[in-house]
Amino acid sequence: MRINPKKVNKFIQIMLNVQAFFTVGILIVIVALILVKGIGNINLEFLFSFPEDMGRHGGIYPTIIGTIMLVILSILFATPLGVGTAIFLTEYTKETILTKIIRFGVESLAGIPSILYGLFGFIFFVIKLKMGWSILSGVLTIAIMILPTIIRTSEEAIKAVPKNFRIVSYSLGATKWETVIKVVLPSATPGILTGIMLSVGRAVGETAAVIFTMGSSLRLPTSIMDSGRTMAVHFYILAREGISMEKAYATALVLVLSILLINIVAYYTMNKVVSRFS
Amino acid sequence: MLKKIFIIFTTVALVFICSCGLKENRQGKKKHLITIAGSTSVMPFVEKLAEYFMLQKPNFIIDVQGGGSTAGIQACINNTVHLGMSSRKLKEGERLNEIVICYDGISIVVHPSNPINGLSMEQVRAIFSGKIKNWKELGWIDRRIDAITREEGSGTRGSFEELVMKNEEIDDSIMVQDSNGSVKEIVATDPYAIGYISLGLVDKRVKALTIDGVVPTVSSIKTGAYKITRPFLFLSNGEPDDYTSEFIDFVLSKQGQDLLRKEGLIGSYE
Amino acid sequence: MVHMNRWVSIREKIVKNTLTVFALSSLLFLFLIFIFILIEGLPLFLKVGLKNIIFGFKWAPTKGYFGIFPMIISSFLVTFGALIIGAPLGLSCAIYLAEYSGKRLKMILKPALELLAGIPSVVYGFLGVIYIVPIVREYLGGSGFSLISTSIVLGIMILPTIISISFDSIMSVPRSYREGSYAMGATKWQTIFKVVLPAARSGILASFILGMGRAIGETMAVIMIAGNALKIPTNITDPLRTLTGNIALELAYATGDHRLGLFSTGIVLLIIIMALNYLANFGIKRRI
Repeated sequence: MRINPKKVNKFIQIMLNVQAFFTVGILIVIVALILVKGIGNINLEFLFSFPEDMGRHGGIYPTIIGTIMLVILSILFATPLGVGTAIFLTEYTKETILTKIIRFGVESLAGIPSILYGLFGFIFFVIKLKMGWSILSGVLTIAIMILPTIIRTSEEAIKAVPKNFRIVSYSLGATKWETVIKVVLPSATPGILTGIMLSVGRAVGETAAVIFTMGSSLRLPTSIMDSGRTMAVHFYILAREGISMEKAYATALVLVLSILLINIVAYYTMNKVVSRFS
Repeated sequence: MLKKIFIIFTTVALVFICSCGLKENRQGKKKHLITIAGSTSVMPFVEKLAEYFMLQKPNFIIDVQGGGSTAGIQACINNTVHLGMSSRKLKEGERLNEIVICYDGISIVVHPSNPINGLSMEQVRAIFSGKIKNWKELGWIDRRIDAITREEGSGTRGSFEELVMKNEEIDDSIMVQDSNGSVKEIVATDPYAIGYISLGLVDKRVKALTIDGVVPTVSSIKTGAYKITRPFLFLSNGEPDDYTSEFIDFVLSKQGQDLLRKEGLIGSYE
Repeated sequence: MVHMNRWVSIREKIVKNTLTVFALSSLLFLFLIFIFILIEGLPLFLKVGLKNIIFGFKWAPTKGYFGIFPMIISSFLVTFGALIIGAPLGLSCAIYLAEYSGKRLKMILKPALELLAGIPSVVYGFLGVIYIVPIVREYLGGSGFSLISTSIVLGIMILPTIISISFDSIMSVPRSYREGSYAMGATKWQTIFKVVLPAARSGILASFILGMGRAIGETMAVIMIAGNALKIPTNITDPLRTLTGNIALELAYATGDHRLGLFSTGIVLLIIIMALNYLANFGIKRRI
């Protein structure tokens, strides 16, 4: 019997349909589960009160503050470095061996798994530089971890700025730096912001690199030398030690919702860039 | 747009940093900070003690962290913490000031639906050394035993090896978890699991087995009938300073010891 | 005027030098990471011997055994397990999105899938423990904390990576290839299978390798669900310990040689990851 190619075609199409929707289905179920199980336990009190009995009762306020401190400070540290590197790579050099080496370095940094950042941060910042388990150690480790994302997205954004923008600027007598600051960067800002937002998302969800550098103290951090706990670490401890499943789901929901929100904003700004230049 | 964003960014950053600094000034000058780190078995109880202590003396801040007995001992030797917590006795060469805050039993736990109520010390040893692998050999169904041990370096594991395993090694095929809580969580959800956790953490979700016919309770530990016990220690490098002593005194006071007793531990004076 | 020009040129120079320093900083960080992991880990290789670490079967660091061979094997086992589950699902999803779905569906699904890449890995691990482990325990036996559960969780976790990169490489196959194939009378499936996929293969391969990189580097989700037993699993329902899991389980507790042993584990992991990244980059470059 000869197999009819049309029938095979139809069959394959159905199979692909099923598999694709199965895949998307899994991912939707994941978000839905967290939403359904967590939504009942979330209220303002949960967000703004202190945990009691290791998190069995009460809220997650100190972990929210810990997360915000970690994220804002590491972004403040990584953004100038990252955007500066991107400007250097795109505007200040041609393709040379140096840029190749730098790009290789950035690619390698991007591929290193977070546990190795944790290992490095633990030995370098926590022990060798004697910063101890502190927000500062966490911030520096996370800043290095998110640097490649910021460099790569900024580079893409700067490359996407049309050449004539620069030519016009130069022809008006502007120097290179003036062109970069007044012409290139303003046009590339949404793209750079996308990179920053994606890094924020990564920092918020990180556990392995954070737990070994920032520690897991549940106290409200009052300075950057204090140890602190982020929401992701708190969720990990709640779930793993079986302290409270309700609180774990609720923390997971806050975590997932904030990351989804951050990523949606990032995606939206990126689309604006794309539509502006194409 | 860039300028606006830059301005917003730096303002947020400045406000943020200043507010951190202010808080530091407001609290940091008057409050006494005591840092404690070490055994994850001792930590939950010390956290509770610290919560009560800070309610009574609001001018203290007590920072309790885990890390494990070995890390606590090391941190104490390096003077990175005021107090270390350990759930095992010190080894030779670890020269620190020991303060016994209470005693704790290590209970062998199984899922509540498990019909087995007691084992002998030899049976427990055989399970963890991999000689007994099936519940059938213990008179239950034909099903692999899901035994769970603690990781290398844990004080609970150290005490368990010393008191139960004697000279035998824990088998490689046994699952490893890194805290009392996660061992308990698996035992509470897996009907075929067996593990060992601090007696103070046993509740309705797991069942503590009798060992050689002795029920692990506060009284059987006090009389010495239940053998698997270990001290919970505070460690300090030299004499603790006045503020740290104040907290230690609270822990050893009647009020502190009553709190520990309520958690299922055995007071240090009994 | 002359004065001002000089100021401007000085400023340009300062800016250029500052930016150069910034750009070199990522190299510095990479260097520091390598150096510090090596400094901590290498002495043990010298002391115990390369063979006893990489091919040693026994890990009992407090008693002087530092063998991580079972963990290397286990890391690769879960990674391939993840690939067996994630690669077919991810690739067919990418093919569907690129070749079959309408424009509007594409506009919704692609970003939705990429957003899911942002869900923290601990959440995947947690859901795995709650929903996958009991099912495995009930129907396949064992404790449920096993090779198969870990592979499923990691397989789902790497889906967004595989879908997104495969999709991009399928989309970058020129339209004329497809038109040529249709003109010869091929059906849609024949076109995809014989023309589009071969043309996109290096990008698809790169997506698999990057997925592997993510799976082998994953830590917290893995210690939650793998059971962490030291033996090499002989059955898909056996528990196992990966290289990453070994580091994360014991790092906080370790002192002395024990800590060095964990950094040796880190060195081995670093070498495996760098090799995978190099392979993936090679694949992506060839596509372009």
